[in-house]
Amino acid sequence: MASDLIRTDMVIVGAGPVGLFAVFEAGLLGMSCHLIDNLDKVGGQCAELYPDKPIYDIPALPVCMGQELVDRLMEQIRPFNPVFHLGQQAQRLERVEGRWRLTTSAGTRFESPVVVIAAGAGSFVPRKLPLPEAAAFEGRSLFYAVRRRDAFRGRRILVAGGGDSALDWFLALQPLAQDIALVHRRDQFRAAPDSVAKMRALVERGEARFIQGQITGLLGTDGQLEAVRIRTPSGEILHPCDTLLAFYGLKMELGPLADWGLELEGGQIKVDTEAFETNLPGVFAIGDICTYPGKLKLILSGFHEGALMCQKAFKYCFPDKKLVFRYTTSSSELHKRLGVA
Amino acid sequence: MAKIYVVDREGTEHELEAELGWSLMEIIREAGLPIEAACGGCCACATCHVYVEPEWFARLPEPEEEEQMMLDEAFEVKDTSRLSCQIKMTEELDGIRVTLAPEF
Repeated sequence: MASDLIRTDMVIVGAGPVGLFAVFEAGLLGMSCHLIDNLDKVGGQCAELYPDKPIYDIPALPVCMGQELVDRLMEQIRPFNPVFHLGQQAQRLERVEGRWRLTTSAGTRFESPVVVIAAGAGSFVPRKLPLPEAAAFEGRSLFYAVRRRDAFRGRRILVAGGGDSALDWFLALQPLAQDIALVHRRDQFRAAPDSVAKMRALVERGEARFIQGQITGLLGTDGQLEAVRIRTPSGEILHPCDTLLAFYGLKMELGPLADWGLELEGGQIKVDTEAFETNLPGVFAIGDICTYPGKLKLILSGFHEGALMCQKAFKYCFPDKKLVFRYTTSSSELHKRLGVA
Repeated sequence: MAKIYVVDREGTEHELEAELGWSLMEIIREAGLPIEAACGGCCACATCHVYVEPEWFARLPEPEEEEQMMLDEAFEVKDTSRLSCQIKMTEELDGIRVTLAPEF
C-alpha cells in the first residue's frame, strides 16, 4: 500500500486539542502541518471520552464542553489548512538524509524536518478480552472491529457489548448471519435508544437472542471458536457460535512510538523545557505525553508547550531564515496568514 | 487520619492514609498503586474499577446511572464492582477495603 511521499514542514502525531493548537502556532510562523490520529475523528480524549462534559480551566472560556473546545480549535486553525490523516496509527519513524520519515498503519508516508508527538495518553485502540485463550482466536473467529461486513455472511455470531458499536454491528449483521445473539452484562444499554428498540424487536420476533451475562471463557480448536462460556444471573451457560465480535470500548496505549528510540519515563516522553524537544533532534513532544520536572497534564500547559516548540521547529524548517517575534494584534504579516488582512 | 485498605493485583494488601474529600481513585493513585484512571476521574472510562468488600459495599451511596454505563466497559464486573473515582472518602468510610480489578 505504499503511497507517494508527502513532504511537509511538520507532522503532528495526535489530533487532540494540543496537536490542533500546535497547527495554529506553527501556522503563524509559516509552517504547514499534517496530522495523524488513530481515531476516525479529530479531538482526541475531548471528543472520544468527554465530548459533553464541561471544562472550566481554558483561559477566557469560563465553561466549554469537550466537543465545543475541539470545534473552536478547528475554526481557529482553519486559515492554516491542516491536512488530517485519520483512522491510522503512526507506526515507523526513520532518519533519512537529515529528515524524518514517518509511516502510518495505512501506508501513508511523510517526510519532514520536524515531527511533533502530541499523542496524549497514547492512541485509542479496542479493548481486548482479557482471557488467556483469546489471542489464539483473534483474527480468525474473534474480532474487535468489522472491516468487511460480507465476511460474516452465514456465520453464527455472538456480539458482546452494550454501546453503539455493539448494537450497530448487531443490527447490521443480523440479516446476513445464520444466527446472531447479543451478550451484555445488564438489560440496559448505553447505545442509542432507537438501536436498542430495534434489537428488542428482533429478539421478540425470535430472529435474534439477547443473553444477559459476562463472557468467562472461549472454547474451540486451532483458532476456530465453537462456543463461548457465559456467566448469567442464573448460572453459567455454553453458547454455541463460530464468531465473536467484542466491543468493550477503546483504551489508550503508547503503541509503536514506544520503539522509536525516545527517552521515556513512566510511559511519557522526556523533553527539555525550552523547546519541548526529545532526545531525537527535530522530534518534539507536547501535551500529556511529555514529561519534565513540574509537568502538569493540563490542556493549557499543552498549548504553551506547542507555542515554545514552534520557535525551535522553525529553525529546523527554515535554517536560513531569521525568526522575528510578532503579535497577532499588530502584525500585518500575521494578519495575512490568518486571512484577516 | 482515616485509612483505606487496598489489595493489589498480586494479592498484597496496602494500608493507605486517606484524605477526607478525595476520591478513592485519587488516594490509590497518589499512593503510587497501579490504577490507570485514564480519564482522570470524570466517569468517562472504567480503568479505576475496584471490588468493594461486601460489608462496605452496602454502606456506599448507590452508583449513578453514568457509573453503571461506564462499568459496562469493564471486564469481570461483579456485584460489588464500583468505579473508585466515584466514591468520595468520608469519615464513615474509615477502614474501607477494596481490591483492584484486573487491568485490560
